[in-house]
This record gives sequence, C-alpha cells and structure tokens, in this order.
Amino acid sequence: MNGNIALLLIQDGLTVGAIYALLAVALVLVFTVTRIIFIPQGEFVSFGALTLAALQTGQVPKTIWLLIALACLVAVRDSVRCIRSGEGLRAARGILVNVVVSFVVCGLVYVLAPLQFPLWADAIISVVVVVFIGITLYRLAFEPLQSASILVLLIAAVGVHLALTGLGLAMFGAEGSRTPPMFDFQGQLGPLQIGGQSIAIFVSASVAMAALSFFFGATLGGKALRATAANRVGARLLGIRTARAGTLAFGLAAALGAASGVLISPLSTIYYDTGFLIGLKGFIAAVIGGLVSYPLAAVGALAIGLLESFTTFETSKLKDVIVFALILPVLLLVSFTHRSSGEEQNN
Amino acid sequence: MIRSFRQVGLETYGILALAGVTVVVPFLPISEFWVTLGNYIGISALVAIGLVLLTGAAGITSFGQAAFVGIGAYTTAYLTTAHDASAWLGLIAGLCATGVTAVVLGELTMRLSGHFLPLGTLAWGLALYFLAGNLDFLGGYDGMTGIPPIQLGPIALDKGRRIFWLIWAIVLIAIIITGNLMRSRSGRALRALKESGALAESMGVNTAREKLKVFVTAALLASVAGWLFAHMQRTVNPTPFSAMASIEYLLMAVIGGLSSVWGGLIGAAAVLILKDLLQRLLPVLSAPVGTYEIVVFGAILVILLQYSAQGIWGLLVRACRRQSKPQSAPSVTSASLLDHRSKPRVGEPILQIEAVRRTFGGLVAVNDVSFGVRAGEIVGLIGPNGAGKSTLFNLVSGALAPVSGTVSLLGDRRYKRGARQVATLGVSRSFQHVKMDAEMTVLENVALGAHLRGNRGHLSAMLGLDRKEERAIHMEARRQLSALGLSDFDGHPAGALALGQQRLMEIARALAGDPILLLLDEPAAGLRHAEKQELAAVLNRVRAEGLAILLVEHDMELVMGLADRLIVLDFGTKIAEGVPDDVRREPRVLEAYLGSVA
Repeated sequence: MNGNIALLLIQDGLTVGAIYALLAVALVLVFTVTRIIFIPQGEFVSFGALTLAALQTGQVPKTIWLLIALACLVAVRDSVRCIRSGEGLRAARGILVNVVVSFVVCGLVYVLAPLQFPLWADAIISVVVVVFIGITLYRLAFEPLQSASILVLLIAAVGVHLALTGLGLAMFGAEGSRTPPMFDFQGQLGPLQIGGQSIAIFVSASVAMAALSFFFGATLGGKALRATAANRVGARLLGIRTARAGTLAFGLAAALGAASGVLISPLSTIYYDTGFLIGLKGFIAAVIGGLVSYPLAAVGALAIGLLESFTTFETSKLKDVIVFALILPVLLLVSFTHRSSGEEQNN
Repeated sequence: MIRSFRQVGLETYGILALAGVTVVVPFLPISEFWVTLGNYIGISALVAIGLVLLTGAAGITSFGQAAFVGIGAYTTAYLTTAHDASAWLGLIAGLCATGVTAVVLGELTMRLSGHFLPLGTLAWGLALYFLAGNLDFLGGYDGMTGIPPIQLGPIALDKGRRIFWLIWAIVLIAIIITGNLMRSRSGRALRALKESGALAESMGVNTAREKLKVFVTAALLASVAGWLFAHMQRTVNPTPFSAMASIEYLLMAVIGGLSSVWGGLIGAAAVLILKDLLQRLLPVLSAPVGTYEIVVFGAILVILLQYSAQGIWGLLVRACRRQSKPQSAPSVTSASLLDHRSKPRVGEPILQIEAVRRTFGGLVAVNDVSFGVRAGEIVGLIGPNGAGKSTLFNLVSGALAPVSGTVSLLGDRRYKRGARQVATLGVSRSFQHVKMDAEMTVLENVALGAHLRGNRGHLSAMLGLDRKEERAIHMEARRQLSALGLSDFDGHPAGALALGQQRLMEIARALAGDPILLLLDEPAAGLRHAEKQELAAVLNRVRAEGLAILLVEHDMELVMGLADRLIVLDFGTKIAEGVPDDVRREPRVLEAYLGSVA
C-alpha cells in the first residue's frame, strides 16, 4: 500500500463514514427520545434510494401505496379506540386530518411522478414520502408500546424490520438500482481525485448535523425533544406531549435515513435489503456513543468507515466479520463506562 | 411465571401426550411432508426451548442463537465428510466446540449491561455467519454436501420417519430436563436475577455464574439441534444460521410463551405451520417466495407484543386454571428440614461497626460512626433526611465499601464487600422498595431466601436429583409463611398481595435464609396502621428467638415502641445513642429534627 492508495482509502472511508454518521445520529435521536433501539433505520435508506430511482425513470414509486396502507391502518385503529372509549367528533377530526394529509402527499406524488423533475426535486420528494412513512410507522407500531421496557421495544423493532424488509422486496423486487450522480464535478487535490458525490455527501452530512445541533440548541421543538429524552414523566408534567415527541423523532430519523439513501445511491447499487447492512454499521457507531452521545457516535461512524475501507483493501472477504466482531469490545467498553444506565433502568 | 400445582399437572399430561405422539407418528399413514414438517418443528423446538430458559427465565435476549445451531451443524458436517468420522463423534465434537465458544462469548457478553447484551449477541451472531460464509474449508456460501445419516446401531436414520424418533425423543428429554431446571433452586435464582440483580445477589446468588451456565445450556441445546439438522438435511450452508434465523427462533419463543418450556415447542409448531400455510396461500399474490411471509411474521410479532406478552402457552394456562380446583398444600412441620447455623446466645455481640467512614467526593456521608448490635436486640437507626442512614445501611449490607474503619460480624473482621459475600455470612435484608418476582408464587419467592441453604446445582436439577432438597426448601418456606400468617397466600402470584403483605413476605424470605442478623430498610413505609402493628408483632417474636435486627425507619412511633436502642445520625455523624426514652429527650436530637431551640 503506498501513500496514494492510502489517501484514496481514506477518502472512501470518510465518505461512507459520513453516511454511517447520519444514520448513527438518527439512531441516537430515536433511542434517547423513545428508548427504541431502531433496527429498521436502514430500511429508510433503501426506501429513500429506491423511491428516487423510481421517480428518475418516471414511474410512480410504490412506497406511496405503503404510506396509504399504513395511514389507513392507523386510522382504523384510532377509530376503533375512539368508539370504544366513547370519544366524539373532536378525536374523529384528528384522525381524518392525518389520513387526508397522507393521501394528499401520495396523490401529489402520483400526479407529479411521470413529469420527470430534475434530480434534486425528485430527491426532496423521496425524502418527504419516507418521512411520512416513518411517522405513520411510529403511530402504528410503537406508540401503543410507549411504556414497554427497552427489551420489548427492541423485539418490536425487529418485528418492524422483518415486515419492512418483506415489503421492500415486494415493492422494489430483487433487482437493485443506481441513480445518476448529482454532481459530475471531479476535483484534483494534489495527487488525489475527489469525486463530486463524495464532497456532496460530506457537505450534506455536515449541514445536516449543524442543522440538528441548531434545532436541539435553539428551538422550542428541539428543547422539548431533549426534555423528553432526559425525563419522560417530567416532560409530560411540563405539558410536552411525549407521543408527539416520538413522531417528531421518527420523522427526523426517517429524513436522515432517506437522505443517506439518496446521497449514497449514485455511488453504489442499492437493493431492497442494502439499507439493513448500512444501518447496522451506523448502529455500531451509535453504540460507540453509548446510544446517547451525538458527537461520539459521529466520530465512531467515521472510524468505522475508515476501518471498513482499509479492511476491504487488505481482506475483502472478512470485512464484515471484522466490523461486526469489533462491536463486542466496543460494547464491553461502553457497558463498563455507562454502568449506571444499565440494569435498573431496564426493569 | 405463575407456577402452581395445576400447571405441573398440565405439564405431566403434556409429557405423556408428547411421548405417545413420538412413538406413533412414524407409523401413521400420513404423507412424508407432514413427517418432515414434524422433524423441523422438533429441531426448532430445541432451540426455542433454550431461548425460553435464556429469555423467559433469566431475562437474557439472544439474537445469536442460530450461530450455535450452525456450530453444531458445521462441526459434524466437517468431521463426517472430510474425515469420515461417525455422526456420534460429530455430536460430541459439536457440543465441545459449542460449549467452548459459548463460554468465551458468554464471558464477554454476559458482562454487558441492559440492552447492550442483546446487541452483543446480534453482533457475534452476524460475525459468525459471515465467517462461515467466507471460510473455504467450510464450503463458503455454497456450504457442504454429502453428509451421511446418523447410524443407530445397524440402522441408518436416513428416512424422515426414522430420524423422527430420534429428534422427538431428544425434544422430550429437553422438555423434561429444562422443565426441571425451571422449577429448581437455579430456576428461582435465574428468575430473581431477571427481576433485579441486587435482589439475587443479596440472596447469595452468584449472578454472573448463573447467567453463564444458563447461556451455555441454551447454546448446547441449539448445538444438538444443529447436529440433527445437518444429518437430516444431509447438506449445510450458512443461511439457516444467519441473524434472520436467530430472530425466527426468538419469534417462536415469544409466540409460544416465554413463561414455560412448552412455549418453545408450541411456538416452533405455530411458526413453522403458519409459515408453511403462508407459502402455500401467498403465491396467489404472485410475489417471490418468502416476501409476505416475513411481513406477516413481523406484524404478528408487533401485534403480539401490543396485546399479549404471555404467548399461546399463557392462554392455555389461563383456560385450564378456570376449570380446575385448587389443591390443598401439604401440612407444615414445625422443625426445619434444612441444616441451620448454630445460633449465638442472646446478648452476644453480632455486628460491630468501628469508626466507619464513607465519602462521596468531598462529601462525608458517614463520618467515623461506631456502634454494635447484639443477638436478641433491635437497634433502630434514625435521623433526618440526608443524615447518612442509607449509606450506613449499604455499608453494612455490602453494597458499598467503607473508606476507613471496620465492619465485623461475630468478631470476624473479614467482612467482605459485595452483597453475596455478606449474605453468606448470615446477613439477610429487606429492600426499601419491595423487590420480588411478581409473577412467581409467594411460596417460590420465599423459597428464594433459602438459596444458600441448598447446594444442588444446574445438573442435578435437570436430572431431577434435587427433589428431596427442594421439598425441604419448600417446607422451610411454608414454615416461614405460616409463622407470618401468610399461609393462605402461598400459591398466589406475589404481585397479587397488598403492599403490607409483600413486606411481610420479604421478611419471611429474609428469615428463610436462617440469618443471625436481619437488616430492614424502612419496612413500615407505606403501611397502614394495622399492618404496622402486625409488623411490630413479627419483629418482636423474631427478636425473642435471638436474632439481631438493624432497623432503618422513619416511623417514630414504631421505632420508639420496638427498638431496644436507637442510633441517631445527623450529617453523617452519630449524635446520640441509647434507649428510646433517653434519646427522645436528648437536646441534640431535638435540634436535628426540629431545628435549634432558640
């Protein structure tokens, strides 16, 4: 390995690491607000990328049918609950608004899809669709489990992951897609060729993180999320609706996931289940941050990207073995340094 | 985990029925398809039963169980194809390989706290899968073929009907031995540690070792399943051992019900039959095989968690309980059948605390406090909020170590750190907030207190060699319950008791350990007047039997009436000691409680 190859590997590693970082941040966000270890985060990546791919070819993305189905299920369940508890029209209006919004989004996508917008517009549409899926998913699967233990939530998350993987295969088929690069720019930095897409990923990831830290530091919504993360009961006593905090967290996580998918799809072919593996690696990064620290998770993500890029060069076959085996020592370390947050909280 | 005589009855019928099915099925004129399905159910049930032990009893969720199935399958596949070894050698080698791997992985993962533990299992599950797919001598992702059938004497188990007997005989054995384990001293210890590590340790349970043992047991069950799988399929490849398969096993255990080993069997049957039905019905939707199947499974898992956490077995037990009548418990003997310690004479010094000091950073929580407790004496520890009572209590119970000074028991200064060691010395405790397994019966909860008075371990429990000791332990638990007037409740789930009764149950549990020193942390908190009187009567009686009692309590009326001596703490320092009437008049005490007398 000479210097040039090393530089190339570093560039690769940082690019992939930035994607992992976005996902790791989303996972930390979901966990701190809802206590859910959100295994299906990676599915948002696939859904985002494949929705974009469909839009690029002028097809109606099948994700909108998923959104409609989920929205209808939520509406049916809420209605049943309303009738049982004897709540009247006031609740019914809320239910109706939720369904109608989802239908309007899907309707717009349905009408606009064949018009073949530029890539950036399609990218935004894809992210929006996935965000709505994320929010509806929370309402359907996780809201009723709000007070369950971390373990139950984790098993439920696995269930959602299974369902989404199957739906992914049904919607997109077994073939993968790749979208055209967003930026055809090729830069030269000394001996190094820098792809425009790599720069785009790095810049977008940095912007997303800056926006998030602004959101958490300076806006009321962000502060409400932080309060919910710190203490659910306390937040509720202060009038914060913790269920709404959950939907907000899921919306943000879905946005980050879909954005990652949109960003990475010009670099590699995305299949319906690619997201899961990418998500797992983001997940290891999140665990490095103890599932609570954003900066640590982001740094961990870059480290994993680099590790992966170098192990791919040395021994491409065992790359996944190494990355997943790495999590054990990391978990041990985290487990010992976060002792207090362990057992009793789990009960 | 509601365990009663009736459920034991249900399980006995189950075992008989299962034995009948095992013998009869291969003779039935049914199509090969059903026999094969039965074989898969049996193999999966072995893994799921291990998960019931692991997740249901000990509260350890594993997302890596399929990896152990893989180790068992690949070991025998490699030995029987590359080295022409016998399948039975393959079984033994597989068990050894799995055992060693499980001990190593268990030593690492069992140390993880809370939710990091299941994540750890997911991690090594994935790593082992990718490893199997990338090692050339294991055939990579294509796997290995040409595995010979198992030879049972002169008979080759090469047909589905023949191996059916072997598989189901093993399932039957697995159900019996794991059922025994769930009902044993180890089973109680596991359930206690699932509820709270602090509770289990204070009862003298070595939680780290119990966890590791149950982890290895579950792994070995999975390994046997892998061995059967390899010799039934005659080929292996990495796919059936992926994280996905691990999740499916967990799904089986959850659907079947985590509260009983039967849940593992029922869950395996339910999942595989459902899967088969889906595969036959869903092609109507013209999707690739396996597409909607996992959607349905995922949805079922989430719905099940939202509506019923008990699984199918839980529903069965509920249905049976409605019909059957409660049985009468065996009569209670007056003398304990268990060995007990030689009791110190009344008045003999038991606990001696000398100049004990504990600091947290710059804060001196306990400042050079000395006092003693004698046999047949109740010493009350009181003081305003923040006086250092809890810290002092934790120093005595072994949860905290002093910075300086000594705590000695019966003159022995080797008062070790750690709740478990302290329990071994004959110190029992109650908790400020009642700690118990709310689903376990009152009787079993109290029997947990006698953990250290038994010595039968994992293996003898599985083989049913612990029955005599178990009877003695249960008799002791009944004796304590009847002494505290709780006999009528022994078959009830502990969670169904009122708070006052739960506190009495905790005291019964503490007494079942045959202690010489009893530590009570605010036993009267939240009790009603009548319950407090009952508590006082119990403590008076226990004192008369020569026990030393250290009582931390806020209820002044109760302490004043009960304690022989009071120790008053304020800002970590002992400000008074003496009989209640003297202490009550002590100016420094009045000042501490009421503010300075101007």
